[in-house]
Amino acid sequence: MSHSQATDKMMVELRDLNKWYGEFHVLKNINLEVKQGEKIVICGPSGSGKSTMIRCINHLEEHQKGDIIVNGIPLNEDIKNIEAIRKEVGMVFQHFNLFPHLTVLENCVLAPIWVKKMPRKQAEAEAMELLERVKIPDQALKYPGQLSGGQQQRVAIARSLCMNPDVMLFDEPTSALDPEMIKEVLDVMIELATEGMTMLCVTHEMGFAKTVADRVIFMDGGQIVEENEPHEFFNNPQHERTQLFLSQILQH
Amino acid sequence: MKYELQPTLPPPANMIGVIGWLRKNLFNGPVNSIATIVVGYFLISFLVPTIQWIFIDSDWVGDSRDACTSGGACWVFIANRLDQFLYGFYPEAEHWRVQIAFIILIGSIIWLVLPKTPKKGLVATLLLVVYPVVAFFLLYGNAFGLTRVETHLWGGLSLTLVLAVVGIVASLPLGILLALGRQSDMPIVKSVCVIFIEIWRGVPLITVLFMASVMLPLFFPEGMSFDKLLRALIGITLFQSAYMAEVIRGGLQAIPKGQYEAADALGLGYWQKMILIIMPQALKLMIPGIVNTFIALFKDTSLVLIIGLFDVLAIGQAANQDPEWIGYSTESYLFVALLFWMFCFSMSRYSQHLEKALNTGHGNRA
Repeated sequence: MSHSQATDKMMVELRDLNKWYGEFHVLKNINLEVKQGEKIVICGPSGSGKSTMIRCINHLEEHQKGDIIVNGIPLNEDIKNIEAIRKEVGMVFQHFNLFPHLTVLENCVLAPIWVKKMPRKQAEAEAMELLERVKIPDQALKYPGQLSGGQQQRVAIARSLCMNPDVMLFDEPTSALDPEMIKEVLDVMIELATEGMTMLCVTHEMGFAKTVADRVIFMDGGQIVEENEPHEFFNNPQHERTQLFLSQILQH
Repeated sequence: MKYELQPTLPPPANMIGVIGWLRKNLFNGPVNSIATIVVGYFLISFLVPTIQWIFIDSDWVGDSRDACTSGGACWVFIANRLDQFLYGFYPEAEHWRVQIAFIILIGSIIWLVLPKTPKKGLVATLLLVVYPVVAFFLLYGNAFGLTRVETHLWGGLSLTLVLAVVGIVASLPLGILLALGRQSDMPIVKSVCVIFIEIWRGVPLITVLFMASVMLPLFFPEGMSFDKLLRALIGITLFQSAYMAEVIRGGLQAIPKGQYEAADALGLGYWQKMILIIMPQALKLMIPGIVNTFIALFKDTSLVLIIGLFDVLAIGQAANQDPEWIGYSTESYLFVALLFWMFCFSMSRYSQHLEKALNTGHGNRA
């Protein structure tokens, strides 16, 4: 059990969030409040809308109804607000999405230099520090294609951290990895969690959820079915759907 | 339980050696052997007389057709008209201006193409920004004490290169903008680009050139006209930019969505995303397509002969009409073909080299 590092400051607020893909109602009245320092793990069957929900937070997906507020900034049509939110929200993808034509270091310094207008020297120094934290400083001059999946995902985490974000979103960060590499990525995420980062993680790594999560959220059919602290969530699930899901992913 | 690492072994011997290669590739079974012999026979029976005609039985020096007596190719004809092939009707006393213009051009291209030369960025910028101005004043004159040489005097290989270089340099950025516009979320920008591309792709280049040379002037007020060469250049550029746009659109579509999303998530703006992330990858993927378009453009420039501009092919045809040299059109066509081939083949080789050089050794997983 983790002791919570949450403060009273509200970091992410979703109010009555609704989203449609054409006629298809993917997100139904989602309400979620995440305080600074809180770690949320979101799980659920595929197609339940969990990825879509966190992708709405940095406007990779557009929502049609409801409010999203990140660190006090409302997410609306105003491009300035979208850009401001994206500066504060880092994201790690299932397929890493590193830029294959740039070296690891260039991947990391790109956004600080172009978005934050940071001098290159400073950006590189900070990037090297972060690469050290994810334990791959020696790969800085290689191209992503020369690295293993686990290394690539750690670079992707470092790349996000280079923007010094207040919130990190993880969209199934270990699903595309070989089993041998999952641990090295989870270790980095756990370290990040203990340092007090606000995190929203879509993942099925239940061990990770038990170790770091303040709350676990279970989604199905575009809505939040159940929300609880991890101990209760795993040992005493309230809804039948949650019980079924947990029995299926935990029985192996 | 322990296990031992097995040693790595060399490949079996029958995979290597000249005889092994011949066996495997040329004489692998009776059908294969017969095919090799038949094709070999035709190749030799065609190549030997051709080489004989071009190189062995040919005449190279002299100043009139009387020098061509040996029955092979009469290269004297080409040698005597070489100036025209290269410069068209550009006044002889001013040929040095064309030469300087092209020496600078070729020099900077070689500078950029060689792998280890310093200051490539500066040279490229000078070439794209300063050079066009310099080249214009060198070729056209009418300033800095240079006499004016009207564009209708321009011709030959130099005109072909002017058309091709301007067409290539102008159609690429225009094509990129059109491709981006076609992908745009803004409905007006998008439809303007789609209409532009579809109109230009739907008409033959000859029509475009006719329109530029014959119809366009009808719309101008009496007495106002602008240069025929300039009109042809604009026609060629707009025409090719539509093709370029479609090639580049193909490249943009090949970039995984994850790349756009990662750039967005990092907070990059639209142009930053396109210039820093998407375009470098798309252009790399599209090198074969882009160079293909460049090569097509280079060869299409010869169509300007239809509106009375004397590119290198038109010069060749004009030379064929010369009563003094009648009967040697094969030589002039071969020579023109060789010139075109040299340029197109170089572009093709360079693009292959570029593809290899830019390969950072990985596909994209997403």
